[in-house]
Amino acid sequence: MNDQMQRTDTRPGEGPTPARAAGASKLPLERPAATSKRPRAEVQNLSFHYGATQALKNISIPIVDCHVTALIGPSGCGKSTFLRCFNRMHDLQQDTRYEGAIMLHPENINLVGREVDPIEVRMRIGMVFQKPNPFPTSIFENVAYGLRLRGLRKRSLLADEVEQALRGAALWEEVGSRLQQSAMALSGGQMQRLCIARALATKPEILLFDEPTSALDPIATAKIEELISSLREKVTVLIVTHNMQQAARISDFTAFMYLGELIEFDEAAKIFTNPSKKATEDYITGRYG
Amino acid sequence: MENADLSHHILSRFNADLEQLRSNVLQMGGLVEAQLKLALQALLEGDSAAGDEVVRAEYEVNAMQVSIDDECSRILATRAPTASDLRLVVAIIKTVTDLERIGDEAEKVGYIASHHAALERPAEHYRVMRHLGRVVQEIVRDALDAFARLDARTALEVAKHDRLIDEEYDAAQRQCITFMIEDPRTIRHAIDMLWIARALERIGDHAKNICEYVIYMVYGRDVRHVSMGDVEKHIQALSESQGLASPAPATD
Repeated sequence: MNDQMQRTDTRPGEGPTPARAAGASKLPLERPAATSKRPRAEVQNLSFHYGATQALKNISIPIVDCHVTALIGPSGCGKSTFLRCFNRMHDLQQDTRYEGAIMLHPENINLVGREVDPIEVRMRIGMVFQKPNPFPTSIFENVAYGLRLRGLRKRSLLADEVEQALRGAALWEEVGSRLQQSAMALSGGQMQRLCIARALATKPEILLFDEPTSALDPIATAKIEELISSLREKVTVLIVTHNMQQAARISDFTAFMYLGELIEFDEAAKIFTNPSKKATEDYITGRYG
Repeated sequence: MENADLSHHILSRFNADLEQLRSNVLQMGGLVEAQLKLALQALLEGDSAAGDEVVRAEYEVNAMQVSIDDECSRILATRAPTASDLRLVVAIIKTVTDLERIGDEAEKVGYIASHHAALERPAEHYRVMRHLGRVVQEIVRDALDAFARLDARTALEVAKHDRLIDEEYDAAQRQCITFMIEDPRTIRHAIDMLWIARALERIGDHAKNICEYVIYMVYGRDVRHVSMGDVEKHIQALSESQGLASPAPATD
């Protein structure tokens, strides 16, 4: 092996490889948290009782403006009850009681306050239910209903508002030419979007969705999800869903509830990759609790 | 995810999938570890058969990498894992890449070693390799142990040991340069030794990466390119907040 090396030009600098600068280019361990965003509403120590049964226990979360907040949890955990507090649906039942407050900003109105008129609340907080429930009238009248209630009479104005709401609900392209037909002739997904248009027509500040896609097929579900994602530019969305993947897909913030209590509230990405509480982890990974 | 809680899914097939996946990774780890051992045997004992065996085993390691990655894609597509399950799958996808690279580096060592088996073997060239090899073997074994037990604290300790390997590598380099200066006839051999030292140092880096994935799996924190001191403080704080025993004090 002594005849092999003709070249003896050793590299300059016989020292070891340059010492790696310790800590010079290290990243911070803590990633910047989402900046504290402006809440549209704040739930403060909210408890709710059906007679002697306490269904919600001392819940406090912010509802961030123009974002989607999802409520997840097993059946009977109180998420629908929680959602219904926002537009005072429980007032229709006897012997129910709210404690705490849901403050609506910027005016700081307590939505569950006795002095606040539930009708006024429902004008500002729209709701879409699990099963599409259009009125048995024309498509036009379904959307115009809330506007008429508000006292809007002028036909041209009504027509404008209806069109705007239907466009907002991504339904205009499909029904724009047949507004006078019965709403009952639409498909399930279309009916649900019609209900969203009906809710949007009164320009609510917060839109509540109670399992809006559980009665729909995957394509119709995708359309509703896409719609909810686009709605957040204008309106704050609160959604209850049994479908965890759906919550992961469409929500910005996720609250996990269990037995009437709020277990964890955080950004959706955090909840679905690294939840802080074991109960959350067990639920979203599908383990026994 | 402190303890390996892969079971208890409502879907028993999912349990089985994750268990299988993890045991496949450990099997691949065992294979790579054996490859490294053979490569060092080839190097230190001039055993050319062992060197050839390392090169052959590479095929098997590559096949395992592909099949584990395949399985991971299938689980992602069909199970939509979340939280610790998701982190397990993500960490495994990354871990097998590093394992495969460890295999590649071991193959390099084995290849060079089997060529040198028949040549003159100056003993002093091998002394420093013997030491470096031992340290690297240890770190790979400890990294795989940490992975098997989902033991983030061990992983952190092992990751910190990577610095030891870097120091050993520097020493090996310096020594090779000395040999070359003393006797230019050994340059060819010394350069090969440098390649081997380099391969071993890289194996240490890959083992460190695996440790970082273990910490990610357990704590959900991506600790790549982060100072290990910060990670240690973070883990300490987490352990305290969860009422767990504090990690063993740092050894270096």
